[in-house]
Amino acid sequence: MTEQTANDTADLIACTVCDALYHAATPEPGEQAVCARCHHVLIRPRRRAGMQVIAFAVTTLILVVGALFFPFLRIDVQGLKNTASILDTAFAFSGGAYAMLAIATAALILVIPATRMLLLLYVLVPVVFDREPFAKAKPAFRLSEALKPWSMAEIFALGCAVALVKVGDLAQISFGPAFWMFAGLVIVVLVQDSFMCSWSVWKSLETQKQS
Amino acid sequence: MQLVGMEITGNSETILTAREAGLVACRRCARVWPQGLAECGRCGAPLVSRDPKSLQRVWGWWIAGLMCYIPANIYPMLQTRTLFTTSEDTIVGGAISLAMYGSPGIALVILVASVVIPIGKFIGIAFLALSVRKPSMLSTRHRHGLYEIVEYIGRWSMIDVFVVAILASLVQLSVVASINPGPASLTFALSVVFTMLSAQSFDSRLIWDQDKRSKDTAA
Repeated sequence: MTEQTANDTADLIACTVCDALYHAATPEPGEQAVCARCHHVLIRPRRRAGMQVIAFAVTTLILVVGALFFPFLRIDVQGLKNTASILDTAFAFSGGAYAMLAIATAALILVIPATRMLLLLYVLVPVVFDREPFAKAKPAFRLSEALKPWSMAEIFALGCAVALVKVGDLAQISFGPAFWMFAGLVIVVLVQDSFMCSWSVWKSLETQKQS
Repeated sequence: MQLVGMEITGNSETILTAREAGLVACRRCARVWPQGLAECGRCGAPLVSRDPKSLQRVWGWWIAGLMCYIPANIYPMLQTRTLFTTSEDTIVGGAISLAMYGSPGIALVILVASVVIPIGKFIGIAFLALSVRKPSMLSTRHRHGLYEIVEYIGRWSMIDVFVVAILASLVQLSVVASINPGPASLTFALSVVFTMLSAQSFDSRLIWDQDKRSKDTAA
């Protein structure tokens, strides 16, 4: 296709869910552009969103590292005590086929959230500071978007609540520092997801390359 | 909330899709390109106007998920050892004993997350995949709603695997009490992953195409 037609489509946006075609007009910060047919949110710009997402990503990384090493939950049954860190939890599945499950658990609750944050930093830091994007910024952001459904920190947090109630009546359970770090991490991840507008990120990656 | 778009006249009939305009949209970054391009020039994702292999992949993962879900219900999820007894609980068995020993609320959460949601997901995905081929009873809007629910809710089934992991790492009190994971935890986790992949493989644009087709034939 010619350069001309490629440019003609530059101001168009198609809903990724239902393929409806629109002229992209960036809404005011705080407003949302929603697909008229399937109500999928297309564009959701925020003032200084890039900086906020970076701040949240750094926070998340610090919390992940902290949550890894501090005790997570403590159990106390008539003098018998045990503490578990998040790593212990992931590696509760040990031996044979369970090793795979251990790796998967660690990946879903820690490695994937942390990887997403590193990728976001890699992509967004140059954009926010008006520099040329780093090499491979586009595949990095694509990977970060693809990992989104596999980042399950918030599900693990609800799992903690269920586990606590399950053993709550036969043992005394107390929370370690890592538990609160993890709770903070869940909130930060959720807030960050609502701040990020991937369309705006793609747009800025595209325009910065041309200049 | 402000709506930004073209040809917004209040009803959905006037909406033009990228495909009808002779264009192809990137499902990753929403950029629109002339048809025939193999790769999105902005984000590098592969471009397909409608994914012809979508349904094949949906059914492939769906069958794999179902095959893992059956043993997940037959084999024990948890093995609890106390001073004198060893008991093994399946998903449903564990929920029933929880309900009997006084936490019906948690039993309900577990039943919903590990039985109702997975089975609902299998039915939901199968229904969506079948209804692409032939006209269905549900309207497009409802089928889209079903798609969104299936997409959103699938990850939450993982909760049962995490509960097993937490309990197994925490309750290790030498001879007094210990909890270990059972084989069902592995197959259940696989089943959740496979059904998530199945739902992700579904090309949601197929739902809306069919709507257009049935309207055209009716007119």
